[in-house]
Amino acid sequence: METDLKRTPIASLHETLGARMVGFGGWWMPVQYQGIIPEHHAVRNAAGLFDISHMGEVFVSGPKAEHFLKSLLTNDVTRLGIGDGQYTLMLNEAGGVIDDLLCYRLEPNRYLLVVNASMIDEDVAWLRAHVSPDVEIDDQSHAWAGFALQGPHSAAIAHKLLGPDQALPARNTIASLDLPESRVLLARTGYTGEDGFEWFCPAQQAAFWWEKLLAVGASEGLVPCGLGCRDTLRLEVGYPLNGSDLSPDRTPLDAGLGFFVKLEKGPFIGSAKLTQQRTQGTEVRLMGLIMEGKTPPPRSHYPIFHEGVAVSETTSGSLSPTMGIGIAMAYLPINLAQPGTRLELDVRGKRFPAIVSKRPMYKASPDSKP
Amino acid sequence: MNIPNDFLFATTHEWLHRDGDLATVGITDHAQHELTDVVYVELPAIGTNINAGQQVCVVESVKSASDIYSPASGVVESVNEALNSDPSLINTDPHGAGWIFKLRLAPDVDLSALSTPTQYAEQLGHA
Repeated sequence: METDLKRTPIASLHETLGARMVGFGGWWMPVQYQGIIPEHHAVRNAAGLFDISHMGEVFVSGPKAEHFLKSLLTNDVTRLGIGDGQYTLMLNEAGGVIDDLLCYRLEPNRYLLVVNASMIDEDVAWLRAHVSPDVEIDDQSHAWAGFALQGPHSAAIAHKLLGPDQALPARNTIASLDLPESRVLLARTGYTGEDGFEWFCPAQQAAFWWEKLLAVGASEGLVPCGLGCRDTLRLEVGYPLNGSDLSPDRTPLDAGLGFFVKLEKGPFIGSAKLTQQRTQGTEVRLMGLIMEGKTPPPRSHYPIFHEGVAVSETTSGSLSPTMGIGIAMAYLPINLAQPGTRLELDVRGKRFPAIVSKRPMYKASPDSKP
Repeated sequence: MNIPNDFLFATTHEWLHRDGDLATVGITDHAQHELTDVVYVELPAIGTNINAGQQVCVVESVKSASDIYSPASGVVESVNEALNSDPSLINTDPHGAGWIFKLRLAPDVDLSALSTPTQYAEQLGHA
């Protein structure tokens, strides 16, 4: 075991269950249990349970909390009713991405930000550096555990656990449940392209809920999953990963995330650059790539060529377990960022054909949410 | 962990099975378990002259690409084409149907640097 890595409240359960553990963003996390490919298929066809306790939970509250978040995040927090959530981004002054996150309005003046594990300290420092009086920033990441229950059977499993009469939150909303065992924040969100929930509970109850969820869900095909298939699942549906597909040098418009940028709400950090890009257009755009035929699986930082000329490199890549073919993402010059454009990927000095695709590269079943 | 008793092993987890001037090479059961699901094998070119310890091909899982080193010096005589259509043979039968290439051993080949099954088991901590 790596000693300098942080452990989630259920790290020892992963070890007991036989997970293969790796360092990820400073955390000691399961990369797989039975295997990345079978776990991937379980989430697409039934359900999988992920430990996402490494992610950060930051509560922002106070009379000026809405105003503060409106001036700091790209999406429009004023559109959130109580219990609503939205995907949003935090930018530097140049419009580059510091982090992408989920922002939920829990109470009129209280918000929950769920941020990337590797960015907790940086995000909190950025929030504190820009905080206005009357706004409290409470980083509860250490005190909260989180699980993602993902897949088409997720709602059935939630009903089995909580009872058939328990109303489940609608897509992109969060419910606060006062269960006998503990308080739970239940959000209808995820990072796989399937229906599902993110379940946040106090760290002390993490082991109890993890085991309970797995036991209740087993008959619905629920299996514990590692971060390996979390990555292949999110890549198939074109969700960016901060640190790979998002970076301080790229804006959300470069990344094709304009839907989550609300310039009309008024200025926010980074908005000057985005306003300019909205007018003039971006020079690059994050696109999907689908390999043609049998190729080595694409990975990040593979060079991309167009008609023999180097034009970019991949930011993420993998074999798509669902499609059985290599897929990747890359920032492409805008003239090449058109679906159908033929490119070549360089893998260890050999060139393999790839076709530019819209994101997502794979669409989950129609009754699934994003 | 399965370790056949008539094979020799490199510390980098390749196996070699000698049959006269020819040797069959693959990766060990331990190696395939560590790699997880193999999804692609970049086979060496037939006729390639390689030295012991030289990188000769690549085995890829979903998560990583791993270099495979030749356990001995020689010329690549043939490759396991079946891995092109079913790379998972390396997982299901690493010491048999999942072989990777056959080597025509160099005339002065010295295999004494390779581990016996007992030594390899010790390396894995199973002794």
